[in-house]
Amino acid sequence: MIGLSHYLVVAAILFTIGVFGIFVNRKNIIVILMSIELILLAVNINLVAFSVYLHDVVGQIFAMFVLTVAAAEAAVGLAILVTFFRNRGDIAVDDASVMKG
Amino acid sequence: MTFAANFSLVLPEAILGASALVLLVWGAFHGKVSPLFTGAAVLALLGAAVAAMAGPHGHAFNGVYAADAAATYAKVAIYLFSAIAVVLGDRWLAVRGDQKFEFAVLIVLAALGMGVTASAGDLISLYIGVELQSLALYVLAAFRRDDAKSSEAGLKYFVLGALSSGLLLYGASLIYGFAGSTRFADIAAVAHGAHGMGLLFGLVFLICGLAFKVSAAPFHMWTPDVYEGAPTPVVGFFAAAPKLAAMMMLARVLGDAFPDAAGQWRQILIITSLASVFVGAFAGLAQSNLKRLWAYSSIANVGYALLGVATGGETGLGSMLLFMTLYMVDVTGFFACLQALSRDGKPMETIEDMAGLVKERPGVALAMTAFSLSALGLPPFSGFWAKFYVFGAAMGSGDVLLQWAAVLGLVGSVVAAFYYLRLIKTMWFDAPASAVDKPQPTARAIGFAAALFSFPVVLVALIWLDPAARAAAAAFGHA
Repeated sequence: MIGLSHYLVVAAILFTIGVFGIFVNRKNIIVILMSIELILLAVNINLVAFSVYLHDVVGQIFAMFVLTVAAAEAAVGLAILVTFFRNRGDIAVDDASVMKG
Repeated sequence: MTFAANFSLVLPEAILGASALVLLVWGAFHGKVSPLFTGAAVLALLGAAVAAMAGPHGHAFNGVYAADAAATYAKVAIYLFSAIAVVLGDRWLAVRGDQKFEFAVLIVLAALGMGVTASAGDLISLYIGVELQSLALYVLAAFRRDDAKSSEAGLKYFVLGALSSGLLLYGASLIYGFAGSTRFADIAAVAHGAHGMGLLFGLVFLICGLAFKVSAAPFHMWTPDVYEGAPTPVVGFFAAAPKLAAMMMLARVLGDAFPDAAGQWRQILIITSLASVFVGAFAGLAQSNLKRLWAYSSIANVGYALLGVATGGETGLGSMLLFMTLYMVDVTGFFACLQALSRDGKPMETIEDMAGLVKERPGVALAMTAFSLSALGLPPFSGFWAKFYVFGAAMGSGDVLLQWAAVLGLVGSVVAAFYYLRLIKTMWFDAPASAVDKPQPTARAIGFAAALFSFPVVLVALIWLDPAARAAAAAFGHA
């Protein structure tokens, strides 16, 4: 029987993969955007699992908001990435280092 | 409660939301930025500030939205400083022939998001407010899209901001699961008694996410890069209103949803507060770029404000609100002066650029000296009073940990004094390299006004600002 804790563990694993994807990844900024998406979806799994467990619809409403905001966030992130690419001609993570100190 | 009664409580935000949409359509069809357009954006922000001040108090939409004294105080400050940011940014972009109508629209949208967070009574409204504010700010950081530094600043801000939103959200989901509700009042009722590890875990994630937003150490690494790369008026805006909004969020979550778990969150806040003060003080010593330097200064100042939150209660949160208000005036004035100055058409951004400024532009040099002395915390400037109230609240709390934190905070501000004094020394005693251009008049006027507030107006303003902040802080915990 799959219970609440199984969902929470899956969400925690996805969340951890997402966070590590941002910090460990040294190659490509697109991968960072994917990691952010992974974090938000892990949260959604949490919210929906809790919502079912608590018999409370608020968690699912929250998840809809998160989905919507995630779409807006991806749009803004890609737009900024495009301006970055136009200036630099590359989207490698190591290149984002004009400013240091 | 009727819909009309609910709506009257959210009127300031309704004004901002409607005007943002109208301005967007206006800009899209008209294309060019006219003084009328900028004026309309400023008017919308001022109108929202007046509506917030005059509006009724209460909880709208079943407690999702709290329009209380604390929200009013924060909103008036946030909307006024956003209006100043619209004017400053418009002038700065006009000098560069790079005016775009999106600038004012984005500031109005960011102000709307900040207003929503300031009166959040529920985790969902908190999250929506945070995202509305952050998404607008990411774009503002990358506003000069042909500039490599600006787009890099935007990208870094976006990646770390999105990560912090993720942390905040993960914490929110855990709190929802273990408290059974997203409403702050219900969470407070659950957190009142014996609560499990789950709730505490969620709270820690939430605090981490919010610490990112206020740029408190150890979550501060984005701040120097974003401050250096983003356009100067945008940095002036970043350092003022969004910081107050983020501190308000922290106060909302801790004061409204977890007032009885103070024993758990106080240590976390004291540690981040001291870490911020010392990172700000020591890392600032090595900086030569003024925007970077002020980034570290803002990290240190956030540390002091966090000490006020850690103290908690009416005096603690009141001192935090007062601290942030006085700091906002200082930092806005400083960046207004910085954007007014240029040498041979090039912006003056390093400490060396300021050499001999007092001989070239005595007024601006005097104003910047006032801001530096104020940030240093020298009496009788406003920065001294800000620190005075925060340390006073911590000392009067009777908690030994808080008292030691206040003492260490004082040591940190002595270390930070070095870089403020170095800036003053460069301005007053070094030889100028070449002539400084005529300062941009609007930015200079705003800088002078802020300098006058820093001293002596602050002495008069404190007479009503202190009770106002205290009354605002008394509203926390009644969600």
